Amino acid sequence: MSLGAYLTLAAAVFAIGLFGVLTRRNAVGILLGIELMLNAVNINLVAFARFGGDLGGILFTLFTIAITVAEVAVGLAIVIVIFRVRRTVEADHLDLLRG
Amino acid sequence: MSLRVGSAMVALLVLALPFAAFLLLALVRPLRRSAVAAAVTSITAMVAAVASAFWLSWRAVPRVLLQSPSTTWTWIPADGGPMATVGVMVDEKSMAMCMLVTFVSLMVQLYSWAYLHDEPRTSLGRYYAYHSLFAFSMLGLVLAPTFIQMFVFWELVGLCSYLLIGYWYDRPSAARAAVKAFWITKLGDLGFVAGIVMLWVAAGTFDFWDLFRLANAGALPRDGMPLIMFLIYLGAVGKSAQFPLHVWLPDAMEGPTPVSALIHAATMVTAGVFLVTRAFPLFLLVPDVLTLIAWVGAFTALLAASMACVENDIKRVLAYSTVSQLGYMMAAAGAQSPSAGFNHLLAHGVFKALLFLGAGVVIHIFHTNDVFRMGGLRTQPLVWVPFVLATLALAGVPPLPGFFTKEAILGGVLEAHLTLPFAMLALTAFLTAFYMFRVVFLTFFRPGLGDSHAPHHVPALMSLVCWTLTVFTIASGVAMARQVLSAGHHDDAPAWLPAFSLALAGGGILLAWLMYQRQALDPARLSAALAPLDWAARRRYGIDAVFVGLYRFALLAFARLVGWLDRYVVDGILNVLSAWTLRAGDRARRLQSGQPQDYVYGVAFGVLLLFVLAQWRLR
Amino acid sequence: MIPFPVLSIITWAPLVGAVLIMFLARHSPLAVRLIALVTTSVSTVLSVFIFVVYDREAAGFQFYEKVALVPPLGISYEIAVDGMSLLMVLLTSVIIFAGVFASWTVKERSQEFYALLLALVTGVYGVFVSLDLFVFFLFYELAVLPMYLLIGIWGSSGEVRPRGIFGWAFRETGVGTKEYAAMKLTLYLLFGSAFILVGIFALYVSAGTGSFSFLELEAATFDARTQFWVFLAFYVGFGILAGIWPLHTWSPDGHASAPTAVSMLHAGVLMKLGAYGVVRVGMGLLPDAAVELAWLVGGIACINVVYGALSAMAQTDLKYVIAYSSVSHMGLVMLGAATLTEAGLNGSVFQMFAHGVMTGLFFALVGLVYEKAHSRAIFTMGGFGRVMPGIATAFTIGGLSSLGLPATSGFVAEILTFMGAWRSAHPWWLVPAVAGTFLTAVYVLRVTKQIFWGPPSPHFDHLEDARGPEWLALVLLTGVIVIFGLMPAIALGPVDTATVPILTRMVKP
Repeated sequence: MSLGAYLTLAAAVFAIGLFGVLTRRNAVGILLGIELMLNAVNINLVAFARFGGDLGGILFTLFTIAITVAEVAVGLAIVIVIFRVRRTVEADHLDLLRG
Repeated sequence: MSLRVGSAMVALLVLALPFAAFLLLALVRPLRRSAVAAAVTSITAMVAAVASAFWLSWRAVPRVLLQSPSTTWTWIPADGGPMATVGVMVDEKSMAMCMLVTFVSLMVQLYSWAYLHDEPRTSLGRYYAYHSLFAFSMLGLVLAPTFIQMFVFWELVGLCSYLLIGYWYDRPSAARAAVKAFWITKLGDLGFVAGIVMLWVAAGTFDFWDLFRLANAGALPRDGMPLIMFLIYLGAVGKSAQFPLHVWLPDAMEGPTPVSALIHAATMVTAGVFLVTRAFPLFLLVPDVLTLIAWVGAFTALLAASMACVENDIKRVLAYSTVSQLGYMMAAAGAQSPSAGFNHLLAHGVFKALLFLGAGVVIHIFHTNDVFRMGGLRTQPLVWVPFVLATLALAGVPPLPGFFTKEAILGGVLEAHLTLPFAMLALTAFLTAFYMFRVVFLTFFRPGLGDSHAPHHVPALMSLVCWTLTVFTIASGVAMARQVLSAGHHDDAPAWLPAFSLALAGGGILLAWLMYQRQALDPARLSAALAPLDWAARRRYGIDAVFVGLYRFALLAFARLVGWLDRYVVDGILNVLSAWTLRAGDRARRLQSGQPQDYVYGVAFGVLLLFVLAQWRLR
Repeated sequence: MIPFPVLSIITWAPLVGAVLIMFLARHSPLAVRLIALVTTSVSTVLSVFIFVVYDREAAGFQFYEKVALVPPLGISYEIAVDGMSLLMVLLTSVIIFAGVFASWTVKERSQEFYALLLALVTGVYGVFVSLDLFVFFLFYELAVLPMYLLIGIWGSSGEVRPRGIFGWAFRETGVGTKEYAAMKLTLYLLFGSAFILVGIFALYVSAGTGSFSFLELEAATFDARTQFWVFLAFYVGFGILAGIWPLHTWSPDGHASAPTAVSMLHAGVLMKLGAYGVVRVGMGLLPDAAVELAWLVGGIACINVVYGALSAMAQTDLKYVIAYSSVSHMGLVMLGAATLTEAGLNGSVFQMFAHGVMTGLFFALVGLVYEKAHSRAIFTMGGFGRVMPGIATAFTIGGLSSLGLPATSGFVAEILTFMGAWRSAHPWWLVPAVAGTFLTAVYVLRVTKQIFWGPPSPHFDHLEDARGPEWLALVLLTGVIVIFGLMPAIALGPVDTATVPILTRMVKP
């Protein structure tokens, strides 16, 4: 498989993830979308590492996975607390920072 | 000490005495609260001032004439010499005026003590304070060696007039009259100040003596002078109640009668005439303006005399009479006989003050100003002799001063070939005699209220003052008579003039006698015969109405428009800008929806944009 | 030579007082007032002292002090006074000293009130004595910012009915409330100060000397284009503070809503800051532009004089009458400056002083009347003269100074302005100036007659005259008006030594 295919795959996954973030109503769904975007980035990094011969990509991927895990943990924790307080996790209703 | 310095010091003393009295009364409250102390302070200062002025006139003046009579100090300093100086100018004119002002002020202040006896004590303190301030201001005016000092004191006498007309300030009519006097004279003063400023720019000085020297040397620019001197004359128009700024003087009668006697007869109003006389060397440069002055003076004299004929309020008659006589004085100045006008000023000052004070006596007796509610005082010569004598002086009957001075004016006007003004002045002389004797007959000799009551008690002080002034009038008349007789006949005046002016006076007196004493001519029929004139004169020819109309419908209306524009348009535009900013802020706030997904949209869009831009740039 | 930094003491004493008040006088209103009184007295006494001691022969800037603050940028704490700023410092002292007494009866939070007031005064002193433009600007901001709190908290609200095509905006912005007035005043003045800052920086950069010092910038020459634009920037910026038309509308609302002492300071001194800025910074540093743009400054000043007087005539609220009167008289100040003549400029500076004192007196009186009658509506009042003769007298004297009656300082200022106007390049300016005098006479006497003369009004009873500390303010201010009116040479001597050098630098066509 060529580099292009992997990049296309990454782009597709990123786009699906972005679509998910922008359109899903459920906060957990948004987090899933973010996950997809991050994983798309990982695919990108690994593909370039494989085809460019640079191990740096893989190192970066490991960092990204770790940070993704932390971010998901914090994100889900926030969603749980929001649910406890506002009894909803629908993104449309979470507009306290409205100007 | 040289005589000049000595006389300057005494002149300053004459000024300082009433000023000290004023300061004491203004600052020391207990002094002011006690009417007796206030009166004593003021009157003492005045007595001393009279004495000093007398000394000055008698001893100093004849010898000072050759040198410059002014002594000045810097008032407004500047680089390269003072911009304005103040000081004293001791010469014949200022000394004569000093004598007049101090003497009449003293008489009036003494008279006031009796006349205003019923006033609250504290108000009297205020009254005497104002009187002292007035005396100081008027003296400062006549002693002024510079235009700017004259203007300073000019305004100050205007202030005193305002304060004294409005002495009974809780009366709305008095309040209105005081403000009207201030505003009308202020209109004239605008011209005055503009004129002297322009003169300063043209000549570099305010000082009379320097200006006279420049004028004689022909060093003053020809072009601007007519405008400048006209503007300065405007000040005199306001202060000396010339047409059309004469409207304030009749209303000024709201003030106490002694105030009218002093300010609105003898002294303040004559300031305009004094100005023209003092600045005469400058006016000589602009003969056209002088001609205008003569015409306006003559017209004013006739106009005022006509209004006096239909007036029932004794003080108003005297007020119109003053306006009329001021017109006479100005006409004389305009006819290039300033000394004739000035002599009339001095003589008129004394007998007009006497007329007012005499009117005060009858007002005191009858408690009214209306001549038709008086009468029946034939049997009390102590009351009517001063008034009648003063009336004879005013009408121009020898050997009283009015005859000589009026004849001199008429002669001067004739000499200057101003025929129509002469005719106006002659007619005025006739009318003057008529309306004054109308008042005399109605007030004293007609059978009336006075008959039924017991002899009226006139306070001794008031009588004393009136009789003093009477004696003075007679004495000055006699002195003038002797001077005329010894000097032979007047140079160029036509021989028929004395007889003519006597005939005018006699004619007026006769007509008044026929109408009001003998009842041979019915006044109502005469009014009907002259109906349009009578109607117009009773309404003051609508001139007052014009001023009121201008004030209310032009000035106040325009002011309201401007005020409205400022708040609702100028400020309105500002508020609109502010409202737009607030609205824009409200709209921009909608970008902050509070929903993270919208923000992500924004971020994504931004990144895309940057990406495209970067690609575009790299190309 | 005076051994102590007298100008610094004058400038900083009020701020020291403010700090002391905030920390020490928490629970004692009397202590607050005493501290304020003592510190302002120190400033006042020293101001009079330097006024007397100033060497008129030597002229120029005296009592010089310099402390370098940021040498690489050329910013230093450099202060001195010349004849003109000397008179302004005296004016500030007189006004704040009277103002402390006029505010004696502030009830709530007097601690913060006096502290802010004193901080403001330090700013004002600082502007007048600064010779470094950067520090000048800092003091300028210090003089403006406390106004927001002072008016917004201690001010009074009125009611304005929306009218006209812009009426909708009135409702939206809340016209008439004290918050509105405070906001409008502060924002407008800050807007102006933006122009000033730009101008200062433009001069700093063009001069190339790397210094903000006035003395060094004075020695530098700028090209005609720079001068033109920078002068315009200064004119707009300082002019907003001076109340030039049409940028004056912050002034009536600001003055009317502000508490007494704040109005006194504002109309009496702060507006003069604007005019002082135009003369000192604008004309002093940019003489060619001053000559070139004199027609603009003078023309707008003429509009100010007549427009302000007419607007004053139309008002029914006493404070608004005086506020518009200030707009009108500031027009006279700017007119005198625009004549570019010795008489005119002297008249302008003297008018700053004369009008400052007179308007301080007026606002003090209005404050007293308001306190006693609880109303500012002129046409419901009447006959007050009988019950408050002292206030009536003071009001009359103030009014007479306003209309330029001789024996008051207002006359000297006006006649000098007239003399300057006729001698200037635009002699027709004499006409609106003289007309302004007449219009002033009309509205001043009309208001005096309405309020103090006539029969007693049925709307009011239990009115009383001024008492105790209130008297002090009135006597001081009327005394200054009359003394400087009778002997103007006291002030004009030093002022003349300051204005002549400014004028000699200008090359007039």
